[in-house]
Amino acid sequence: MKKQKATHELIFNHFDLLSEEIVFAILDCLNDNPLDKKSFSLVCKSFYAIESRHRKTLKPLRSEHLTTILNRYPSVTHLDLSLCPRITDNSLTVISLVCKKMLRSIDLSRSRFFSHVGLSNLVVNCSNLVEIDLSNSTELRDSAAAAIAEAKNLERLWLARCKSITDIGIGCIAVGCRKLRLINLKWCLGVGDLGVGLIAIKCKEIQSLDLSYLPITNKCLPPILKLQYLEDLFLEGCFGIDDDSLAVLKQGCKSLKMLDMSSCQNISHVGLSSLTSGTECLRQLILAYGSPVTLALADSLQNLSMLQSIKLDGCLVTCSGLKAIGNWCVSLREISLSKCLGVTDKGLSSLVTKHEDLRKLDITCCRKITHVSIAHITNSCTSLTSLRMESCTLVPREAFVLIGQRCHFLEELDLTDNEIDDEGLKSISRCSKLSSLKLGICLDITDEGLTDIGMCCSKLVELDLYRSAGIMDSGILAIARGCTGLEMINIAYCKDITDSSLIALSKCSELKMLESRGCPLITSLGLAAIAVGCKQLTKLDIKKCYNINDAGMIPLAHFSQNLRQINLSYSSVTDMGLLSLASISCLQSMTILHLKGLTSNGLRAALLACGGIRKVKLETSFKQLLPQPLFQHLEARGCVFQWRDKVFQAELDPKCWKLQLEDMQ
Amino acid sequence: MDLKERLCADTWTNSSSSRKELPKKVPPDHQSFTNFSLQQHQQKWEDPSILDYGTRIEPQFPEFKQSFETPSLITCSPNNQTKIADQPDSQMNETHDASRVKDWDPRAMLNNLSFLEQKIHQLQDLVHLIVGRRGQVVGQSDELAAQQQQLVTADLTSIIIQLISTAGSLLPSVKHTLSSANPSISQFGGALFPSGTGSVLPQNISGSKISDQSNPVDLTGNCRTEQNCPLEEHELKDEEDVDDGENLPPGSYEILQLEKEEILAPHTHFCMICGKGFKRDANLRMHMRGHGDEYKTPAALAKPNKESSSEPMLIKRYSCPYTGCKRNKDHKKFQPLKTILCVKNHYKRTHCDKSYTCSRCNTKKFSVIADLKTHEKHCGRDKWLCSCGTTFSRKDKLFGHIALFQGHTPAIALDETKGSAAETSDRGESNEAANKVGYIGFNFGTNAPGGSGVQNAVDVKGSVIDDPTVYFSPLNFDACNVGGFHEFPRPPFEDSESSFSFLISGSCNYPRKAGGESGSNDLE
Repeated sequence: MKKQKATHELIFNHFDLLSEEIVFAILDCLNDNPLDKKSFSLVCKSFYAIESRHRKTLKPLRSEHLTTILNRYPSVTHLDLSLCPRITDNSLTVISLVCKKMLRSIDLSRSRFFSHVGLSNLVVNCSNLVEIDLSNSTELRDSAAAAIAEAKNLERLWLARCKSITDIGIGCIAVGCRKLRLINLKWCLGVGDLGVGLIAIKCKEIQSLDLSYLPITNKCLPPILKLQYLEDLFLEGCFGIDDDSLAVLKQGCKSLKMLDMSSCQNISHVGLSSLTSGTECLRQLILAYGSPVTLALADSLQNLSMLQSIKLDGCLVTCSGLKAIGNWCVSLREISLSKCLGVTDKGLSSLVTKHEDLRKLDITCCRKITHVSIAHITNSCTSLTSLRMESCTLVPREAFVLIGQRCHFLEELDLTDNEIDDEGLKSISRCSKLSSLKLGICLDITDEGLTDIGMCCSKLVELDLYRSAGIMDSGILAIARGCTGLEMINIAYCKDITDSSLIALSKCSELKMLESRGCPLITSLGLAAIAVGCKQLTKLDIKKCYNINDAGMIPLAHFSQNLRQINLSYSSVTDMGLLSLASISCLQSMTILHLKGLTSNGLRAALLACGGIRKVKLETSFKQLLPQPLFQHLEARGCVFQWRDKVFQAELDPKCWKLQLEDMQ
Repeated sequence: MDLKERLCADTWTNSSSSRKELPKKVPPDHQSFTNFSLQQHQQKWEDPSILDYGTRIEPQFPEFKQSFETPSLITCSPNNQTKIADQPDSQMNETHDASRVKDWDPRAMLNNLSFLEQKIHQLQDLVHLIVGRRGQVVGQSDELAAQQQQLVTADLTSIIIQLISTAGSLLPSVKHTLSSANPSISQFGGALFPSGTGSVLPQNISGSKISDQSNPVDLTGNCRTEQNCPLEEHELKDEEDVDDGENLPPGSYEILQLEKEEILAPHTHFCMICGKGFKRDANLRMHMRGHGDEYKTPAALAKPNKESSSEPMLIKRYSCPYTGCKRNKDHKKFQPLKTILCVKNHYKRTHCDKSYTCSRCNTKKFSVIADLKTHEKHCGRDKWLCSCGTTFSRKDKLFGHIALFQGHTPAIALDETKGSAAETSDRGESNEAANKVGYIGFNFGTNAPGGSGVQNAVDVKGSVIDDPTVYFSPLNFDACNVGGFHEFPRPPFEDSESSFSFLISGSCNYPRKAGGESGSNDLE
């Protein structure tokens, strides 16, 4: 009926001159803002119809309207249900009946309340399904896996954290889904050697295999390494695999491009060398939290001629090991030494001077390095795009100037908890491509430095100023003026920031995330400006903004229809404000602790009114005040309650806070 | 050879390797064993409670009769009369055996004598028949004649056996000593011939088992298979399978081929005095001890072969009489069988009907009782099930099986899909509801106040699965579940009846469908 009407309408429309393909091509470009397409569809009936036929992916907020929206969008091939906590067998059956063979991909990773019955309906009716994400479905058992096994065309399957599925279920999938290219079994604790082995034997086209934290041993490795197309292999935390068992393997997998052996405590360089022998194509190697990076380990890996990236996070690192990695003939693009113990100036310098092509370097928490390392890094690795050096406490302020002087291609820079000052910021402002800048707990920076950044780094998307107490309104003003594409900003505990900052930030129409915890000078006025200006706002944290009250909530409820997550703790919001928030249909997560003006009746009304709510953090005292059937009802809707019993905490002075932190270390 | 057999081979080789170890360990104990059993034997010898054996034996009889009956069915098939005639007789025989331990009954003897007479007549008739046939044979084809001759010989053998056994039972003194000597026999068999019965040893140690085990062994040789301990069976199968890899050059061994009837005959060794049949010569020799002191000498008890072991013996190998069988000597890739027991088991397993059905699962069938017994020990414990119906006691065996074959899938254990009964009843209700669409709302309405919200969710769901109309009714779950919370926009009532059929067929076609899990999940 709808279709007929639509075509009828088109005859009298000037838009009729454009063929549907051309309109589709135009619509393809409207991807940045989901609201754009909505506006388009609301122009007229023909636009509505065209948009309905054009849309391929759907991410509904509520499962109640599934029938309606699926009928409206007949071309949907990808259905993302990660925002619908409650997907019952009914919902799945509806989907399967409406979408039929159109549906190719479905994401159920955040949904619960469905069983093998619904899955079976889905799989039988939507026989063209290529992709299913069932992660976190901890209740699913082998019968569900057997239902999945009927999806003969399935290529990608995520079963992460499906703890109740055993070898038997995986065996069914292995036999049924012969076209599988990707399977993720991370944390499927019921799956062992037999299931994994059968996957490798039956599904010859596997390209990506995630076996992290499975209780597997070497027994399943031979068939896995025989897989002809295997490119990505994740063996994180497989404690059952050890050197002795790997030594038996003569040849590794030839097609392997990525190998993750993080947290495999029982594997040293011996096992690693036998596993990587013959894997000439290996591009990325992740050995985080594994055996010490010694000379022997580095030598055992030196034959990997295609290697581009190596991650050694959390490993014990020796100087000779780093030096040996430096002497590899390959030129690495990415090195991660985050939280490594034993990274010294000498070792790091010898490493970075040899790998001049380095694009990404992570030296988070390498607390022994000084300006020597930074000088070497900036000297040799001038094409760095990402440098993460949170908490390199021995690096002096002068060193940061070097970064800005030499690394002009930086896009991501994490300087959290460092000694950088305005001089450094001024230098860094030369990195005009910078999109993510983290300056949390940098107590020495002020508005002056930040103004430089705001003036030069126009591409900034993410800015973190958490507890950088020297920042005031003028700095934020400069940022808001210069970086109009800003999406995320954290001004938590910058206690001198006032409403004028927020009013300025409201010009950043792309703003999606605002965290302004502990800014006591911010009032409802500033928040109202944000609500009006930043329609994209999805995440808002105004904890400990004592001056924000219901007056801020009403515009928020009215304008921020995309808000998903809010933290109102310690603010002056009361029943009224909370109830008005409930009209935001997207709202999924609320943290409401220590709200003085909140009564149990108000809370009850707000919770009932929030149809899409799925996570609420509440004080334990409300547990008794609210009736039990209410909780049952809300939990049946898919809402999870988290009870907190924290005492009211007074805020500390930022400097004092850092001292306290250092005392703890 | 199918996979299962191979799997067996695996385990057998394992057990055989452990068997190799066994004799090494055994010798020191060996002596004490014989001592022990001798002691026991003596005890029982003096014990007045020997008489109890009669009563203890009795429960074994039905089993005995059964097993006796089966071979006679096969051998005496053309001669129904004999079969019917000898059945009650043998039965009577046995009861007499038991009673005669206490008291010798002349009337029974008379019975036996008349039975003998009858048998001799039958024998005569048969011989006449043979003579008569020989005359006719001229016109018939050789094959047919040979077949008939075989049948006649079979009849003859069975009759002769029965003759001898009845004749043997006529001697009261023999019977008495025999039954009292019974208990020890199997022990000795075990103790003295570890290579033959091998791992029987540990089983015999326990005194309580002695009476159980010895009775069937002595009364009926063919019951032995039933009572065999599993290790012994393994050994048998082992022998049959292991010789695959033996690779004796052709001609280096003598090929013997037993006829079908010989193979299927219950015993091969018969007591010359009482006629009792045994499967093993060793057991016969044990049995002979009961017939007099002359049989108790070590020379008589020793393996007869051992004396002549110094002479070079041509190795004997056996051929299956079934033409076309790989074990038949005419087969291109002939693989000989090692022992007579191998022949027997092979023949029964491969070329005979599987007449023994497992009483537990009623699906598995066997032609060798020992196999049935082995199976029954594990039946029900094989929880690893393949979609083809094959069960496995071990998960890795199941996965090996699945890896090997195309299209086989692991089957989900029953306990997981349990509750399907409840679901079917649900379905019945909802079908009813589907017929009267108007009542659906009412139905749920009555359900709703019945329990708490969560329970309702289960109820609604359980029936909704099969009743698609509910989706399209305005009575959606949230609305009907908790009255008063009507804050959600309801999905409009849409007419999509055309799709109902799809749903119904889709949901009903799924074979492993069960609602039990869905219910439990909902409650979580």
